[in-house]
Amino acid sequence: MNPFSSGTRLRDMIRAIRACKTAAEERAVVRKECAAIRAAVSDNDQEYRHRNLAKLMFIHMLGYPTHFGQMECLKLIASAGFPEKRIGYLGLMLLLDERQEVLMLVTNSLKQDLNHSNQYIVGLALCALGNICSAEMARDLAPEVERLLQSRDPNIKKKAALCSIRIVRKVPDLAENFMSPAAALLKEKHHGVLIAGVQLCTDLCKASSEALGYLRKNCTEGSVRILRDVSNSSYAPEYDISGITDPFLHIRVLKLMRMLGQGDVDASEFINDILAQVATKIESNKNAGNAILYECVETIMGIEATGGLRVLAINILGRFLSNRDNNIRYVALNMLMKSVVVDSQAMQRHRTTILECVKDSDASIRKRALELVCLLVNDTNVKPLTKELIDYLEVSDEEFKGDLTEKICSIVERFSSEKLWYIDQMLKILSEAGNHVKDEVWHSLIVVISNAADLQGYTVRSLYKAFQTSSLQVGLVRVALWCIGEYGEMLVNGAGMLAAEEPVTVTESDAIDVVEVALKSHSSDITIRAMSLIALLKLSSRFPPTSERIRELIIQHKGNFELELQQRSIEFNNIIQKHKNIQSSLVERMPVLDESTYVGRKATDVPAVKPSKANLSGTSLNLQNGVTKPPAASMGDLLDLSSDDVPATKSSTSDFLQDLLGIDLGTPVPSGSAFSGGSDILMDLLSIGSPIPNDSSPPNSVSSSVANSSAVALDKFSSLTSTSSSLSSEALTIDPLRGIEQIIRSPPSTAPIVDLLDGLSNHVSVSGSEKPDFPAITAFESNSLKIAFSFTKLPGRQHDTQIKATFTNKSSNEYTDFIFQAAVPKFIQLHLDPASSSTLPASGKGSITQTLSVTNSQHGQKPLAMRVRMAYKVNNQDLLEQGQITSFPPGL
Amino acid sequence: MIHFVLLLSRQGKVRLTKWYSPYAQKERSKVIRELSGVILARGPKLCNFVEWRGFKVVYRRYASLYFCMCIDAEDNELEVLEIIHHFVEILDRYFGSVCELDLIFNFHKAYYILDEILIAGELQESSKKAVARIIAAQDSLVDTAKEQASSLSNMIAQATK
Repeated sequence: MNPFSSGTRLRDMIRAIRACKTAAEERAVVRKECAAIRAAVSDNDQEYRHRNLAKLMFIHMLGYPTHFGQMECLKLIASAGFPEKRIGYLGLMLLLDERQEVLMLVTNSLKQDLNHSNQYIVGLALCALGNICSAEMARDLAPEVERLLQSRDPNIKKKAALCSIRIVRKVPDLAENFMSPAAALLKEKHHGVLIAGVQLCTDLCKASSEALGYLRKNCTEGSVRILRDVSNSSYAPEYDISGITDPFLHIRVLKLMRMLGQGDVDASEFINDILAQVATKIESNKNAGNAILYECVETIMGIEATGGLRVLAINILGRFLSNRDNNIRYVALNMLMKSVVVDSQAMQRHRTTILECVKDSDASIRKRALELVCLLVNDTNVKPLTKELIDYLEVSDEEFKGDLTEKICSIVERFSSEKLWYIDQMLKILSEAGNHVKDEVWHSLIVVISNAADLQGYTVRSLYKAFQTSSLQVGLVRVALWCIGEYGEMLVNGAGMLAAEEPVTVTESDAIDVVEVALKSHSSDITIRAMSLIALLKLSSRFPPTSERIRELIIQHKGNFELELQQRSIEFNNIIQKHKNIQSSLVERMPVLDESTYVGRKATDVPAVKPSKANLSGTSLNLQNGVTKPPAASMGDLLDLSSDDVPATKSSTSDFLQDLLGIDLGTPVPSGSAFSGGSDILMDLLSIGSPIPNDSSPPNSVSSSVANSSAVALDKFSSLTSTSSSLSSEALTIDPLRGIEQIIRSPPSTAPIVDLLDGLSNHVSVSGSEKPDFPAITAFESNSLKIAFSFTKLPGRQHDTQIKATFTNKSSNEYTDFIFQAAVPKFIQLHLDPASSSTLPASGKGSITQTLSVTNSQHGQKPLAMRVRMAYKVNNQDLLEQGQITSFPPGL
Repeated sequence: MIHFVLLLSRQGKVRLTKWYSPYAQKERSKVIRELSGVILARGPKLCNFVEWRGFKVVYRRYASLYFCMCIDAEDNELEVLEIIHHFVEILDRYFGSVCELDLIFNFHKAYYILDEILIAGELQESSKKAVARIIAAQDSLVDTAKEQASSLSNMIAQATK
């Protein structure tokens, strides 16, 4: 005897595994057994093959890999004896599935066994085929199965019928071959054959319309007869389940009748009577009876039944709904969902019961009932229903709140004709379950608030009150922050008081307290903090006396690790400190958000069931486009800037950089803005010069590297990047920020554009000599413009050069809004001082000077190189010139 | 259609699995883990249906064992409860008041029985007697084959003595 073949019996192995106390022990036992089985497999051991396979099946059930046993199954199936075949087929069904190629090898054995003289072996083969056959096998073996449908043995016949179901499901084209044998099966007496036959007919109806037509013609009568016989049959102990003969057969025939009667008046009429009989006769005190009634109701609803029959069905459902058994209530709710289209009036009668089911302790029932309630809502009942649901929100389970909130929000939005009601309900939802409210939902709330001028005061005061009690609900906090920022003064002066409103006294510092709490709360995320900063900035202008306190709050974040917060903190601090004159116009109230644009956009977003984050940010950014009614013209211009951003922000982050650069192509240069060219030139450089650096790195790293080098000119770039990537929901507040940034930069500012350019060096010849003085050069000259560079070097600082650029206008027109921009290779650092003026008089009657500080980190190895670009306006027309400077004197 | 049948012990141990729709090995263990988490956690008075990935899982507890069947959303849940009970009754008759240990040590027999009740995820036989008859006939076929084999080896043993 083979020394490797394991001596343990199946029983002993199971016992050994069960005796294991730890998972590691179990693994050890299994490993040992598997090793023994593998050895036996490679030795081609025959004696214990079936025992080994049985062991493998057990091991497989425990979740261990057993692929090495697959071939053993095939060998056992190919052997002659019944016991081997039996275990072989079992192993085949357990260890393999239809997607394994090994399965194809078994086709031949199956074919032989399907033609075997022993009916049990045929049965085994049919069973295996029915459970795991693939489409290819189905095609190959369909003729055998078809032949077996005509077998005299009921055991073979029913198995062949079920096997045909699998074949037709895999290869619907074969349906036509099976329709006439299937119809013949309905004439049988044996219940097993009938059940399988009826099921086969149902599947054929689903698979092919031709089969449906054929069976409708040939089987409608037969199915009615089967149902009548089984329903009228006297007590049959073999098939009896709680007083009903063969409920399984009942149900299957009812299902087939649904297929036959669907959309066909004649067939429906033919089965009406028997359905009525079943619906009235079956007792509903046991599960089996209810199962039949349930199927019967579904069939009545599915076919072209008479009105009386429908009433009968609805009444059965009503009875189900008031049943104390949860199972029955569950199926009733399920069924009502389907019939709500058929007869919504009858459903309304059960509204209270359904509403009770929403509060059930059973999650399955709650979920069904909630969906049903949403279908039942209409104009007349929306208010009481919403009230009930919101009341329940307070006490519901935490895990159910998400679903519930979503549904209530959708109801409230759907019926939001009354703004006050809508706002009230939304505030209630936000204070109860603000953490579960989706971003789109509170965004649209803000759109509505912004449109409801007469309710803004009321809303902000209600939010203030709600915040006192629910300051941990994210959604509420966000909306509150936005509103307090926008409508802070209404909070204090009580403007727009509604008749029913309870007055509150809020001081300016109370309002700031709220924002401070939100800003400092440990549970606040970056979005809330960012929104808080915006709100503070806005309040600083609404409540001038508090601006020092606000500045102190804001400045605390100047060292924040989050770039977005840090940047806002620094910028806002600057605005408050240095730009009092423009501050109030900067933080003017947001223009009214256009509802129709927003609604339209929402509608187009609907098909994407769950918008991805990128998508979301696109959506919310889109909001800016909605601004079509700017109250202040200057603001409007700035907001319009972003109109081309939208498609780009939807794209994936890896090509974000590219996209962002692309965006600016379509952006009009705003008057008096020095910065937008900053990214323009970058874009140029990137697209002309070299493959895009940082292409694959995440956008944040790009923006931070830019920001760290104290770049101001690229701020838009970075703010866009970080905003879109990390602050999808933040977009509502972006607009003012955007405007601010631009204005901050209006004073022509420094533009160190670094790190993004290389590959210019090869245009320049290397020079080894060093001179203390450098001749001035004409760096750039065109028909309209001349730039001269003169150089000074500070003693002892070889790397640094001061370049004084002088711009002269050669044309006869005055240039306005003149902006000079420059970019240098990576190894050079560039600092631009403000220009002496932005207006260049005509015909060389004056000039602009600007100082550039250049640090060449590879001094002596690589010469200076620079690309320049000049943007200006002639008679209000934008003009652009650019060039490359390689004629720097050697040694710089 | 029944997509799979699952027998779970109260501790979440798998006692029987039968897949009528293709699920890869990894997917299978994931499904089992997910469902045992959901089903074993449900209280006794709740309904026997769990909505899961667009399907419904009908389960019923017998002593320490949960019998679960996954069906399409539009299938008749109440009937599946009856199918489960049908299966349990047949097991009970075959083993003579079946317990979890029977199903552990004779798991292959439980599979044989299931194969006589369901094929392709559809019910095959509504008569418990018919199932019992077919199983008995096949068992006796196996016994005869075994006897023959042992008598054959006896004869060989005697001949070579």
